[in-house]
Amino acid sequence: MAAVSQSAMTAEPSVASPKMTARDLNLSYGDNQALFDVNLDIVERQVTALIGPSGCGKSTFLRCMNRMNDTIDGVTIKGEVTLDGRDIYDKRIDVVQLRARIGMVFQKPNPFPKTIYDNVAYGPRIHGLVNSRDELDQIVMTSLERAGLLKEVKDRLQSPATGLSGGQQQRLCIARAVAVSPEVILMDEPCSALDPIATAKVEELIDELRSNYTIVIVTHSMQQAARVSQRTAFFHLGKLVEVGETDQIFTNPKDERTKGYITGRFG
Amino acid sequence: MSLSFLLLAVAALCVLSFYFGRQRAIALSGGRYSNLHSLPTHYGMYVALWCGLPALLLLVVWYMFQGSIIEAMIIADLPAEITGDPGKLSLALNSISLIAEGGGQHLTVSPEVVDAGRRLARLHTIANAALIVVMLASASVGIMLSYRKIDPEMRARNNVERISRWIMIACSAIAILSTVGIVFSLLFEALHFFSKISPLEFLFGLEWSPQTAIRADQVASDGAFGAIPLFVGTLLITLIAMAVAVPVGLFSAIYMGEYASSKFRSVAKPALEILAGVPTVVYGFFAALTVAPFLRDNGAIIGLDVSSESALAAGLVMGVMIIPFVSSLSDDVMSQVPQSLRDGSYGLGATKSETIRHVIFPAALPGIVGAVLLAVSRAIGETMIVVMAAGLAANLTVNPLQAVTTVTVQIVTLLVGDQEFNSAKTLSAFALGLVLFLVTLGLNVFALKVVQKYREKYD
Repeated sequence: MAAVSQSAMTAEPSVASPKMTARDLNLSYGDNQALFDVNLDIVERQVTALIGPSGCGKSTFLRCMNRMNDTIDGVTIKGEVTLDGRDIYDKRIDVVQLRARIGMVFQKPNPFPKTIYDNVAYGPRIHGLVNSRDELDQIVMTSLERAGLLKEVKDRLQSPATGLSGGQQQRLCIARAVAVSPEVILMDEPCSALDPIATAKVEELIDELRSNYTIVIVTHSMQQAARVSQRTAFFHLGKLVEVGETDQIFTNPKDERTKGYITGRFG
Repeated sequence: MSLSFLLLAVAALCVLSFYFGRQRAIALSGGRYSNLHSLPTHYGMYVALWCGLPALLLLVVWYMFQGSIIEAMIIADLPAEITGDPGKLSLALNSISLIAEGGGQHLTVSPEVVDAGRRLARLHTIANAALIVVMLASASVGIMLSYRKIDPEMRARNNVERISRWIMIACSAIAILSTVGIVFSLLFEALHFFSKISPLEFLFGLEWSPQTAIRADQVASDGAFGAIPLFVGTLLITLIAMAVAVPVGLFSAIYMGEYASSKFRSVAKPALEILAGVPTVVYGFFAALTVAPFLRDNGAIIGLDVSSESALAAGLVMGVMIIPFVSSLSDDVMSQVPQSLRDGSYGLGATKSETIRHVIFPAALPGIVGAVLLAVSRAIGETMIVVMAAGLAANLTVNPLQAVTTVTVQIVTLLVGDQEFNSAKTLSAFALGLVLFLVTLGLNVFALKVVQKYREKYD
């Protein structure tokens, strides 16, 4: 939060030395424009929450940040997204390496139909991050530990991941993302398929992860945004309406639409 | 009135009764259909079903028994000297039916038989007339009874529903019963065969030569019935076919499913499936006339002795035939792997091929195994290609360059042409058929189990 309060320009899109930025980002699915001139800065080692009514483009925006929209047919993207000042849509950028730096956690827990161990080891293995079995063990353990899952699964690392509960599966997916040591973790409504207790655990985890990672989270729950994030961006109809410190957005929104959404008048 | 006219008449009655039933329901409704329990069409259907179904059932039953009853009546009138001897009797019955059909002038038969022939013709005429009367009567009775039952309170809709359910049950029963019938006939003839040749000799014998005698105690057409060469030949050709079909089918499925643009896919997939529409006999002469000579000539160039009918040619072509089978089945199972798993893998920075190798393929593996097993059972049962291209000689060899023979080929050669029906040679076809049936049945059941298990996981 320190970085933001120094700048004292919380309502402005730009902050000092952002980890990631989006400039004039436009995206269309065929003839259907989903994002309009989005300008947003993501502050390092903070949680940025993207909120807004369904279909407002927040998930689409999130998926632009690690080029997951590349896999969809008929998408056109204009504008610029940078990571540490470099345009990630530059032709010279290797999308595979990019995604290793920007991890992603999805709405529905999607563990691979493999063992718990192999799920976490998947990223390090394909990226060749380890040279020995011991190193891999080490990474798997640390990642599970960081995702707060180690205690629950350490006796059954070789059992199938699909046997875990929904909340455990989601934390496994977080561990899987953490295992490749990303700098940024994108989370697309990570708790929407979880019960309140599992949600609380994941939220706690997000709060802890903040000390090591830059996190962007899409959420439908305003309470969740208020609980876990330091900055909040409000999207509406494909446009970024307002962005600022979470406290300010929730207590004193500048835009009428933000106020309306937060007080529950629409969305 | 011939049978087709009779059926037409019943159909016409059905249409008429549908119309009148519907009209009556409309009349009873007093202008508002909601006064009726069911739609007027349902009442019409109800009457039509009661008109047609009993009449048709009667027809089926009638034909099932007509022949044997009339025959019994004829036999009862024949003198004992004929009925006493089964051979004479069947000869006499043949002549009788010939005379009844207006032929047989050249036959020298006893007057009793001639009389019986005339009588048979008369009985047939009477039976046909009776059938017409009975069917039309049953149709009319059906119409009358059901027509009188039409009432705004009557649940015609539910009744029609119930009747149509029974019709469907009857259809599936026909399908199932005919399968059971085939299996049993196979089983009994095979048992008959095994009473002549021991199952051990059949299953483990190394010599297959049903046409010639190889032991002193055998008569001319009782040869050796060791089926191992056939099993080995079948296995060899199946292996070659799978070696072609599995990699090609699988990789094309992966390309179609994961890499190809939807535009290319919409053209290429149907094109691939055209392969499945080529008649097997076309594959057969392609194998025999194009592939086999090609292999033989090119084998000669590099110094290999390829026989002109080789397991390799048949297996290769059979493999091509099975490609669409493997590829469309495995494409189906791979496209069932949820998108979220692909996203998860891409999100970790995996490339397409890593995602396919480490995530999609393992997840789809049970389904793919099922697909391959189904393909194997097809290859084993495939007949036309091997008949034309694999050869007839029952060589016990695993050399793909030589001619081998398969179970299906031998069944064909054993049963083609005029055969005495109770020799071990002919009966051995049933034993082979039984083995073939059991193997493919086992494979299919196993494959379906595997596929099902996989389905449960994601649905």
